[in-house]
Amino acid sequence: MTSLALTRDRIARVRPGPALAALLIAAFLLLFLVVPVVQVIFVAFQDKTTGAFTLVNFADFFRNDLFMRSFANSFYVSAMSVVVASLLALPLAYLTMRFEFRGAVLIQSLGIIPLIMPPFIGAVAMQLLFGRNGSVNLLLRDHFGVSIPFMEGLNGVIFVQSIHYFPFILINLSASLKNIDRAMEESAQNLGCHGFRLFRRIVFPLAMPGYVAGASLVFIKVFDDLGTPLLLNVNDMLAPQAYLRISSIGIADPMGYVISVVLIACSLLALWVSALAMRGKDYATVQRGGGGLAKRRLKPLELVAAYAVVLLILVLVLAPHVGLGLLSFATIWSFSPVPDAFTLKHYQTVFTESGQYITNTLLYASLAALLDVVIGTAIAYLVLRTKLPGRQWLDYIAMAALAVPGVVLGIGYLRSFYGVPMPFTGQPLSNFWLILVFALAIRRLPYALRACTAALQQVSSSLEEAAENLGATKLRTVGRIVVPLMSGGILAGFVTSFATAAVELSATIMLVHSQSDAPLAYGLYVYMQSAAGRGPGAALGVFAVVIVGLGTYLSHVVIERGRRERGQDH
Amino acid sequence: MLRTTRTLRNAAAALAVLLLSGTAAFAEDPSGKLVIVTSFPKDMTTAFQQAFQKANPKVTVEILNRNTNAGVKYLQETASNNGTDLFWASAPDAFEVLKGAGLLQPYKPQVKGIPDIVGAYPVNDPGGFYAGFAASGYGIMWNTRYMKANNLPIPKEWADLAKPVYYDHVAISAPSRSGTTHLTIETILQGEGWEKGWRTNKELAGNYRTITERSFGVPDGVNSGAFGIGIVIDFFALSSQASGFPVEFAYPTITTIVPANVAVVKNAPNKAAAEGFVDFLLSPKGQEVLLEPAIRRLPVNPVTYEKAPAGYPNPFKDTSLGAQVSFDVNLSQARYNVVDALFDQLVTFQLDDLKAATQAIHKADAALAKKPNDKAKALLGEARDLVAAMPVTAEQAADPQLAGAFTVERKSATDAVPERQAQVEQKWAAFAKENYAAARRKADEAAALVR
Repeated sequence: MTSLALTRDRIARVRPGPALAALLIAAFLLLFLVVPVVQVIFVAFQDKTTGAFTLVNFADFFRNDLFMRSFANSFYVSAMSVVVASLLALPLAYLTMRFEFRGAVLIQSLGIIPLIMPPFIGAVAMQLLFGRNGSVNLLLRDHFGVSIPFMEGLNGVIFVQSIHYFPFILINLSASLKNIDRAMEESAQNLGCHGFRLFRRIVFPLAMPGYVAGASLVFIKVFDDLGTPLLLNVNDMLAPQAYLRISSIGIADPMGYVISVVLIACSLLALWVSALAMRGKDYATVQRGGGGLAKRRLKPLELVAAYAVVLLILVLVLAPHVGLGLLSFATIWSFSPVPDAFTLKHYQTVFTESGQYITNTLLYASLAALLDVVIGTAIAYLVLRTKLPGRQWLDYIAMAALAVPGVVLGIGYLRSFYGVPMPFTGQPLSNFWLILVFALAIRRLPYALRACTAALQQVSSSLEEAAENLGATKLRTVGRIVVPLMSGGILAGFVTSFATAAVELSATIMLVHSQSDAPLAYGLYVYMQSAAGRGPGAALGVFAVVIVGLGTYLSHVVIERGRRERGQDH
Repeated sequence: MLRTTRTLRNAAAALAVLLLSGTAAFAEDPSGKLVIVTSFPKDMTTAFQQAFQKANPKVTVEILNRNTNAGVKYLQETASNNGTDLFWASAPDAFEVLKGAGLLQPYKPQVKGIPDIVGAYPVNDPGGFYAGFAASGYGIMWNTRYMKANNLPIPKEWADLAKPVYYDHVAISAPSRSGTTHLTIETILQGEGWEKGWRTNKELAGNYRTITERSFGVPDGVNSGAFGIGIVIDFFALSSQASGFPVEFAYPTITTIVPANVAVVKNAPNKAAAEGFVDFLLSPKGQEVLLEPAIRRLPVNPVTYEKAPAGYPNPFKDTSLGAQVSFDVNLSQARYNVVDALFDQLVTFQLDDLKAATQAIHKADAALAKKPNDKAKALLGEARDLVAAMPVTAEQAADPQLAGAFTVERKSATDAVPERQAQVEQKWAAFAKENYAAARRKADEAAALVR
């Protein structure tokens, strides 16, 4: 919105700017989220035989044992995943932010990689490592005669989901920790507060916006996630139930859509609760420049312990990718701790066949992520800094996208845009590749939005007031003061959106209409449907991970340099 | 690379044959872009794509890969401005859905010499809306390393898989998710009758380790050794074997042979090329592509078997292959959704309870074998009956009134309103849960008697 906003510099003086921005965003959300989704889910409120409006389908939902069991399971798994993800994220975030740590940037980047778990292949890799007959259990059984049920039933879902989504907490928490005013900490220390008490009473509460943002994302994401439970063959959870019903031929009954509505409602509820938890607390700090916690050196023994903790966590969370790497070089890997032999031929196959997928993915995911941070920043600003009526709804609607199953969005897009011919070519609008970008942007907008909101919550509005008192226009203030101060959070949002958009499949699969426009996830899907495609699929997955990982690392480096330069100017 | 050159050579040979014989297959030379929506794996589509393009250099083949369900949905949603020429997939029922929705264009292939029946299943749609081009049969696939490590004997028949030794080692995909699994379940039901057939299906299910959501999930799991035995369609196993995985495959005596199909989509933008592709698929050279190790499907053109490697299954010669059961397509259609929903509610979503009951029965059975006891034996029989019990009879299952709960057609307001699907399902699920719990109690009781 900023570039758009800047062109309207003059209009802004009479303050219709925010209203206009809000209208534009509302139109975008309406066109690319609300209308397509409503096109599909109105079936939930329809009597199957007469087509009249009814709520009887919802009564059926609550009377059905299977759905109630699924509901309870989804809730349990989501809550446990938040707990386990916090256990993984807290030490990584705190240790790297608090202490002089060699390669802290690298650790932070590695910590984000689990988000990029390509579809299908991630679960295959996890089964090969931790499954009942995976490497770990085969070795344990051979040597000790025991096995650990990491991957059995709901355990498996919690295990995989925590590893997959804990970066949401890590990224947002780190961004918050970075923004804490050092003076707060120093004052506390001067008053005699140290160690764990300092962390519990001062540091953690100040970093609360980031933690809550991350934790609520993890909760909602796990609650709505489809791929992991399906691939682990756990189907008594809500999202898989919705998917199974919607996508089965001949069972176009309303229950799948009822579940979708319930999912969307629960996500909004979770958001509302997290907003409630944050209400009435002011997390903004005025001073900038000396931001972030004071870093101190660890004593040698502490250093060893800290490294051990970090390494242990990294080994655990990177395990799927180690498995993926092994798989991409493996000839055959079946019922054995390691592959039979290694080869480079899968990479050769991918190089000759799949270059197009990679360039398409880079284009789509970066455009989508850019769109996300622009809209995310704008919504955060509108919600936190203006008094526009109904502004909260922009936030709620955008976040509801998290709960819309990708299949529903994909079918909705086809319904809404297929009949619309494109100017000049006459091709259906839904075949235009930009539609795929919009679908990705809508699906990943919630990540960027939460990150941007958390970032803005930590910027004190007195800084903007100061700028305006000095004669800056509202837009100049936003462009020169607010956005730069939010840059850490915006970057976090960009990275999460980009990384996850690069591997999204469920909406993509409905919208891809030609191979030349297909992204990487589609290529992976195609490979993973055949026995011979497992190796090349893994190799393509490695490409995805490397590309996104490099992107993350580079943007960290850039932002760190920016901070340092600003710090010197100060 | 090897495969590509061989395909090219095949295609070149095909071209030569066509030129020499002077057949009028390409009266109007097809050209332009040919868009095919398919659920077939890349190994297979690429081979055919190259062979066809070689024979028709003016045509560019564009393959869109989607699973069968998503492919059907895609065609339905895009019908208003159709851009697809061909639909190419396994499950005949997906073609039935498209045909019912009026999305297919009838075409009578020019190729002669294709029999009407393969196994017990008609090769082509009677209305000519879709044509079978390859056949596949269901069977049992196993991972040799897994079997060795767990000391499991090699299963030969479906009934073997119900033995206690295979408890927690077998996997299948859900019939509601996989058209071909549905046919296996339906074949057992038709071969053994409704009551007995369900008994068999549930006894097998008591040993399932998991029920996967994708058809490919089963061979994938057997390949990696996540479970030892899978009930799969032959080409999954044969192509896995060809890729080097330590797996083997066998057809049981009673199996069903199902054609894989191709259909021209209504209002196809490039109808000439689409029809050319159908004829190419059925021509001897097109059929030979099916014999490639990574594809391994059974040709429907009997002459192609002369070129097949030794030991290649031949449904036109091996009478055991699919000939035991005469498959009633109409009966299958009438209860299609009911069978899927029954399996989901009684088996897939109650798998833990069903397995617990099965394990209790296995234990009691083993104890009883050592120390016979009439009362315990009677109790165990009751437990087995409880597991096998069905909430609906064969007549009810084929009743349009019940099937009406599972369709979406809007009826006129005067029609009797059937029960809602969710209500019916809840009833079935509760029935199964109660019976499995009771069966488990009885089996435990029987075991206690002989202890």
